[in-house]
Amino acid sequence: MTMDRQIKRLGIALVCCFAALFAQLNYIQFFGAERLNERPDNTRQEQRTFSRPRGQIIAADGTVLARSVEERSRFKFQRLYPEGDLFGPVTGYYSFTLGATGVERSYGADLAGTTPELRFASLSDLFVDREAVGNVHLTMHPDTQRIAREQLGDREGAVVALDPRSGAIDALWSFPSFDPGPLSTNTEASTTLKAALDADPERPLLSRAYRDIFFPGSTFKVVTGSVAVDQGAVTEENPDYPVRSSFDIDFTDRDLSNFGGQSCGGRLFDLLRVSCNSGFAQMGVDLGPEAMVAGAEAFGFNSAPPIDLPNPATSTFPTEFPDNEGNGPLARASIGQGDVSSSPLQMALVTAGIANDGSVMTPHVMDRVTDEEGEEVRSFEESEWLRAISPEAADVMRRGMVEVAANGTAEGLQIPGLEVGGKTGTAQLGTDPPQSHAWILGFAGPPGQPPVVAVAVMVQAQPGASEQTGGTVAAPIAKAVMEAVLATRGPEGGGG
Amino acid sequence: MIERLRRNAELSLLLMGAAVVGAAYALASLGSTASLPANIGPFLGLILGLFVIAHLAVRRLAPGADGTLLPVAGLLNGIGYVFIARLEEDLAGLQALWTGVGIAAFIITLVVVRRPRDLERYRYLALFGGVILIMMPLLPVVGLSVNGARIWINIGPINFQPGEFAKLALAVFFAAYLVEKRELLALASWPKRRPFLPDPKHLGPVLVAWGISVVVIVAERDLGTALLFFALFIVLLWVATGRVGYLIVGFGLFGLASFVSWTLFSHVQDRVTNWLNPWDDPQDTGYQIIQGWYALADGGIGGRGLGLGISGDGRLPEAQNDFIFAVIGEELGLLGTTAVIVAFLLLIGSGLRIATHQEGSFEKLLATGLTTLLGVQAFIILAGVARVLPLTGVALPFVSYGGSSLLANYVLLALLVRLSDDSNRRRQRKVSRSGAAVGVG
Repeated sequence: MTMDRQIKRLGIALVCCFAALFAQLNYIQFFGAERLNERPDNTRQEQRTFSRPRGQIIAADGTVLARSVEERSRFKFQRLYPEGDLFGPVTGYYSFTLGATGVERSYGADLAGTTPELRFASLSDLFVDREAVGNVHLTMHPDTQRIAREQLGDREGAVVALDPRSGAIDALWSFPSFDPGPLSTNTEASTTLKAALDADPERPLLSRAYRDIFFPGSTFKVVTGSVAVDQGAVTEENPDYPVRSSFDIDFTDRDLSNFGGQSCGGRLFDLLRVSCNSGFAQMGVDLGPEAMVAGAEAFGFNSAPPIDLPNPATSTFPTEFPDNEGNGPLARASIGQGDVSSSPLQMALVTAGIANDGSVMTPHVMDRVTDEEGEEVRSFEESEWLRAISPEAADVMRRGMVEVAANGTAEGLQIPGLEVGGKTGTAQLGTDPPQSHAWILGFAGPPGQPPVVAVAVMVQAQPGASEQTGGTVAAPIAKAVMEAVLATRGPEGGGG
Repeated sequence: MIERLRRNAELSLLLMGAAVVGAAYALASLGSTASLPANIGPFLGLILGLFVIAHLAVRRLAPGADGTLLPVAGLLNGIGYVFIARLEEDLAGLQALWTGVGIAAFIITLVVVRRPRDLERYRYLALFGGVILIMMPLLPVVGLSVNGARIWINIGPINFQPGEFAKLALAVFFAAYLVEKRELLALASWPKRRPFLPDPKHLGPVLVAWGISVVVIVAERDLGTALLFFALFIVLLWVATGRVGYLIVGFGLFGLASFVSWTLFSHVQDRVTNWLNPWDDPQDTGYQIIQGWYALADGGIGGRGLGLGISGDGRLPEAQNDFIFAVIGEELGLLGTTAVIVAFLLLIGSGLRIATHQEGSFEKLLATGLTTLLGVQAFIILAGVARVLPLTGVALPFVSYGGSSLLANYVLLALLVRLSDDSNRRRQRKVSRSGAAVGVG
């Protein structure tokens, strides 16, 4: 009796076992791998990205805002932010344990060099696993940002400045800010710091410039005015609003009064100059809910601006105006009270839209991406985000705002030799003690030419509730920032 | 003449293996630190030295042996070493030392065991020794529990897993025992009504083997080794008798024992749950197997490259040990894991071919048993990592970190080499004798 038959069968059985194993390995590779790699608890991809070199984030003047240094640690590289808190809300932080924010997140693939443009820059790269990284160049200049920081000082608030013609952001400052460096160390300390910052009631991690919304107050009147002019309901000459001390609200004795009970009225520019509540409330109510909602949304309200930074706040304008509540809600909304809330970025985009013939360009902080040799890999493709109003309506409103800066509440914006426009706002928060957000919108450019810079400044919860607050508190900041923008841009970008 | 051809083939295969291992070592170092290892020269020398010493020993002591066993084992050992050195630098020196000890044991075995048949005489010593070795971890002072499995013993500075040596002793015993009893076991009356089930009175030995396995499962919590012992015995019983009934009864009994332990022990339940759905508890009990899969998936077809994986940073527990296969998959990809599978298939193929070439029943069964041990042990852990079977922690022969395993497997390899040499020389003598007769005639 021979055993060889069984031995051969044993061999076949063992081969079958290993064949099953081989089949399973193939299954994992060809059917399971994609799903496995994308499972949320699979952190391999992130760690691999974290263990790679990463490009720099560079300001418009070449200042390095974020770079990586090689380090003997689990992640091989440590991210450094030489400018500290100055660009914190823009660059964001970059941490394996805490995630990534800001440009680190929105341009993560470019910085890591994993975009197709960077990976396959040349034919040979198809075959070589080159460690290509991209450098992200921003449209922002550190000097402008620094002026914004200096001017705002230690008051909570935000400054946004951009080029209305392109949407390129010049300044995006928010106080309090944060230094991304200590948050990017992947250490226990960084986790503790993050928890402390999250618990901070002043919320330094939440950029007020584009991630939070506030009552815009009277600055919203430029939206109401724009909608009215665009609809043809209002021109420079007509109508002539009656001079009144308050606007009569339905069903209540608490009418919408002008500041200090003063009387105002007249034509569009008269209303703008003194920021006349009764006139703009009447204008909004006359336009009706539908036109006001459509008009506000045409400027970007109720949708998140497509800025190339993560999680921009959506500014809100109410969409429901029930008949049984009378004219009150719409009247209040028309002057930036009630349920209207806006991010400083959104108000800057309103200003830019008016300054740019009614077209709101897509806001962006990225200018271009270069490879390690400095060759441009791609650049930001400028595009119109919204057509807010007609060029003709924009021209009227632009001249109206120039009038406000020349002879109205925004006189503090004036820069010699330039045509400057603006609109103040004082969003009252309460009367005991009187507090308000001080706002100002502004634009500037060479006389007779399209404005080259638009700005929005919001200083949070300032003492006082005077209509002058916006002008006195916020205007100097806006003026200094506009001057800085014009000084730091080249002769071409500055336009004068 | 043919002997020299075999040995020359073995030498060239060994040199190729050494080249692969040396290149892999350099690449792994380049991958993880971007520099050539400082000790690349001595390392290559050591690898070559060990391989050549083993080769010279075979050339002298077993010149007629199969020429593929040593190079394939050496390649697996070398690849395993490269991964251990890359994962846990501290363990690399020890693994190198154990490789040296393993090769010494390989040579000593060839020296001591001149005729495989001699081993048959020590069958009861082997049984006794095997059972003692299995029971040793249960002793109060020297026994050591690691990760819940009580399979270690600790004497002074040395820890080892006696189970790795017990499997060799049991293979010798089972082979010898079955040679003696196989006629009886095979020809014993099989009830006509139940043609696949043997008479209960012949189930004695099956029950003994089953009892040993149950002890291992219950007392030492080592499912993998229990399965290995049991598979060894049942396979040998079937090979010896040709009775499929033993396979059915055997695996039925093992299934029963597994089911009972599944209902009784939570660690067994965990293993099964993890196998069926590791994502039920991805952070705890399912963590290791999931991370192993992630590593395999991450590797893709060609792997991330030696030294470029990230399993070594602590995300994959037991990466250098039970899960070294997953790291090979991560860094060398499907191609690398396939190469490992093929290497084991080559060892199995050579082992079974050696078995069929044996003339004596004992030698035949011993070769079959040793090959079964090697193949089944590799399959148990590879299948566990790939989730073909529930994961049971056993070492991957020649590849995983661990002195006991390396030492025992080199002894196993030496026995196969000895068996191969024995039968080949016997056969050659016969051929030359008949050739001479023809020449005279």
